[in-house]
Amino acid sequence: MADAVGTLSKKDFASDQDVRWCPGCGDYSILTNVQKVMPELGVPRENFVFVSGIGCSSRFPYYMNTYGFHTIHGRAPSFATGIKASRPELSVWVVTGDGDGLSIGGNHLLHTLRRNLDLQILLFNNRVYGLTKGQYSPTSREGMKTKSSPLGVIDHPIDPLSFALGAGATFVARTVDVDAKHLQEMLTRAHAHPGTAFLEILQNCPVYNDGEWSEVEDKATRSAATLTLSQGEPLVFGPKGARRGIRIEAGVPRVVPLADDADPRQAGITLHDEHAASAGYAFALASLARPEFPVPIGVFRAVERPTYESLLQGQVDQAVRQRGAGDLAALLGSGDTWTVEA
Amino acid sequence: MGSKRVEELEGVAIRFTGDSGDGMQLTGTKFTESTALAGNDLSTFPDFPAEIRAPAGTLAGVSGFQIHFSSHDIRTPADAPDVLVAFNPAALRANLGDLRPGGMLIVNSDAFTDKNLERAGYEADPLPGLHDRYRVVEIPVTRLNREALKDLSLGQREADRSKNFFCLGLMYWLYSRPVEGTLKWIDARFAGEVKEANRRTLLAGYHFGETTELFPVSYVVPRAKIEPGRYRNITGNQALAWGIVAAGVQMQRPVFLGAYPITPASDVLHELSRYRHFGVKTFQAEDEIAAAASAVGASYAGMLGICTTSGPGFVLKQEALNLAVMVELPLVVVDIQRGGPSTGLPTKVEQGDLLLALYGRNSDSPVPVIAAATPGDCFYSALEAFRIAVKYMTPVVLLSDGYLANSAEPWRIPDVETLVRAPVAFRSDPAGFKPYARDPESLARPWAIPGTPGLEHRVGGLEKEDVSGNVSYSPTNHERMTRLRAEKVARIVQDIPPIEVNGSPRGELLVVGWGSTHGTITSAVEELRAAGRDVSSIHLRHLNPFPANLGEVLRGFRQVLVAELNLGHLARLLRAEFLVPAESLTKVQGQPFKVSEIKARAEAMLGRATRREA
Repeated sequence: MADAVGTLSKKDFASDQDVRWCPGCGDYSILTNVQKVMPELGVPRENFVFVSGIGCSSRFPYYMNTYGFHTIHGRAPSFATGIKASRPELSVWVVTGDGDGLSIGGNHLLHTLRRNLDLQILLFNNRVYGLTKGQYSPTSREGMKTKSSPLGVIDHPIDPLSFALGAGATFVARTVDVDAKHLQEMLTRAHAHPGTAFLEILQNCPVYNDGEWSEVEDKATRSAATLTLSQGEPLVFGPKGARRGIRIEAGVPRVVPLADDADPRQAGITLHDEHAASAGYAFALASLARPEFPVPIGVFRAVERPTYESLLQGQVDQAVRQRGAGDLAALLGSGDTWTVEA
Repeated sequence: MGSKRVEELEGVAIRFTGDSGDGMQLTGTKFTESTALAGNDLSTFPDFPAEIRAPAGTLAGVSGFQIHFSSHDIRTPADAPDVLVAFNPAALRANLGDLRPGGMLIVNSDAFTDKNLERAGYEADPLPGLHDRYRVVEIPVTRLNREALKDLSLGQREADRSKNFFCLGLMYWLYSRPVEGTLKWIDARFAGEVKEANRRTLLAGYHFGETTELFPVSYVVPRAKIEPGRYRNITGNQALAWGIVAAGVQMQRPVFLGAYPITPASDVLHELSRYRHFGVKTFQAEDEIAAAASAVGASYAGMLGICTTSGPGFVLKQEALNLAVMVELPLVVVDIQRGGPSTGLPTKVEQGDLLLALYGRNSDSPVPVIAAATPGDCFYSALEAFRIAVKYMTPVVLLSDGYLANSAEPWRIPDVETLVRAPVAFRSDPAGFKPYARDPESLARPWAIPGTPGLEHRVGGLEKEDVSGNVSYSPTNHERMTRLRAEKVARIVQDIPPIEVNGSPRGELLVVGWGSTHGTITSAVEELRAAGRDVSSIHLRHLNPFPANLGEVLRGFRQVLVAELNLGHLARLLRAEFLVPAESLTKVQGQPFKVSEIKARAEAMLGRATRREA
């Protein structure tokens, strides 16, 4: 039955189905944290819809005790578009992966992002095809040896965040599967954003690409390998004694050493601005990659633009105001007609 | 009207032809509207190239519009026009072969320049040699039009654009059609000098007819005796769009259309995007796949999801359609068939997608298939498709085609009160809710939409466990579900009317058709019966499942002929399903059947019967 918002807990969002990901899969942590965040969002459970495509990540809806739709490969954003455009009051979440979202579904992802429906798109990026047992994906590193690339990948990889920014996404963020606190914060931010929130989740595949993100997942190396973004704060990373900052000038990022007692603002370290009018700054951040740079995590860009479903509903409402609610008999009899007498 | 003689005709078929840029479709459409208002029965056939502007004056760029109008009941645009209007030599060359011997040929003589003759592939002016066979009327339309507009400040190119209205005015006079409707339309549609130019030249054409010696008589086609009621002119695509709007009204759920532009289906998207005040949401997707997926998503959310497309787009929708089969959601997919394979003949008619609709998806994936028979029938077909989709929780394929899409006919406007009202009922009670528990009669599962407390559940493309809907890999469950999906669609037969035979219910020859061939087949069979031949016809609206009595009807005839615009899809199905020795009459020229083609084949088969008896 309907449970009052606020009285639900994590277990209310777990379905009765056995979770069947491989032991050690990063998806477990993501599932747990999504289930933890759900009761906090102020949305009645029956208004959540999880939509997925095909792949390991796309089994996600089966494990959520919400409405769920496991669709076809790459097309989840399009099903979600139909749902959200029809029923703006629903909270629609798309769960996809690097193969599902960026390879077979790249076109739909692009157009969904530019339309800016109020969706949350969670892209689990493990840089490999897991469900089909280990082929390279569009985010696999060049040279990576997989079943379908025994001599090394020769495709140039795509960066999910640059892709999203290029598509005109209004909210672009990245987090890490095992960083529970940050993951929950990003899920909450994604939900709060009015428009398409694109969240890349760096996720480990222990079977086909184990350790791909070990530097950012491992607590020992995380500080040096990641740059945690925080609005208005300088781009500073690294442990005590090896603190460094990022200075972005004319779109070009540079690592600047920073003494522990130095004021990053005085040192000309760039201050993070997720609301920057130009997407150029976020592109520069998205270009930061190991080993030269730390991996930024957090909200890269958050700007507002009207949502597709509100514009569409606005046209419906305006049409009704201007023309009155549709009258079928009037429509059928409109224009030139003539009467044949008996 | 002047003092000339007026002759009464029973019916006339006129074909307007010219360059794609000559405005022939507009001329034909306006003539059609005026003819409808004059109270004739009519049938039209617009036939135009895929190119928006093929090189001027070439055969590739010829565009035509045929209208058949009559004082009695007609069903086809006529095999051969009585009057051919040719705006240039290429139009003449492409169409002259169809003009009936002794027919009237009206040409714009100004367009018969050496250059245009060469472009059309004529070595010499063909007109002088045609006077023996046809009534040739040469009119310097370009010059007369320029003359009529000489007081206006339009440049010559702009002025020349109005010349189709001169011709339209002339034809209005020649066939005693009212000009007022078109004048009103010009006033509303155009502004300034262009409006004035079109008005003037329309009237100049009309008056030219009255005064010129070229036409000693004008004609009148009396009003047709048709069923009393209020009528309008309608094309298949417009009727389809209105049928979709009507489905939303009658089922009390908003319509969601996911569509990607494709000929000849785009007009439905255009039309539906004007009806936001009916709550219709149209979504122009990034591709055909997203169009289908968005419509399935909308259905999942409780809307009346529909997508409209044509052959190549229909191919791309099969995977989403198959998901709708698996998750058992209502959805209507309209395929407005065109010539194929591949891009094929985008603007031409074909019925080549029947087997694709039935069998174009991986595994056993049954969907109901229905086909519209006439332009006006597209309205009722859309309502029928939604009725079946919602009642049986299934995707439904509705087949139209390029001929129905653009052809027009007078349509008796239905009384809204007589249309079936079937408000959608969603599942709301959580007690005992199982996503795949079925209605014992229809086998439909409940439609439980997001936002309903207590009904949270998951659906998807993986095989479902019977009743619970959970993912299941059980071998026996898969077989049970495969059979259930087939049985559900098969049970629709209880809900569709038995097939009615046009003519005697038993006899020598039965002609079977489906879709847009209805008018031609019916006319052919009625003409044959009037001549005493033992022939009947049936027309299938429901192609899956077939009507319950179809086998019995087929077996009531010694010979069965299936006429279709493909290489024998339905014939194959009937032979397989009913083991009847059905023969095929096929045609894939991007053109509808002619009545004479059906009659010739039927006569040949009847001749066989005569020999058998002799």
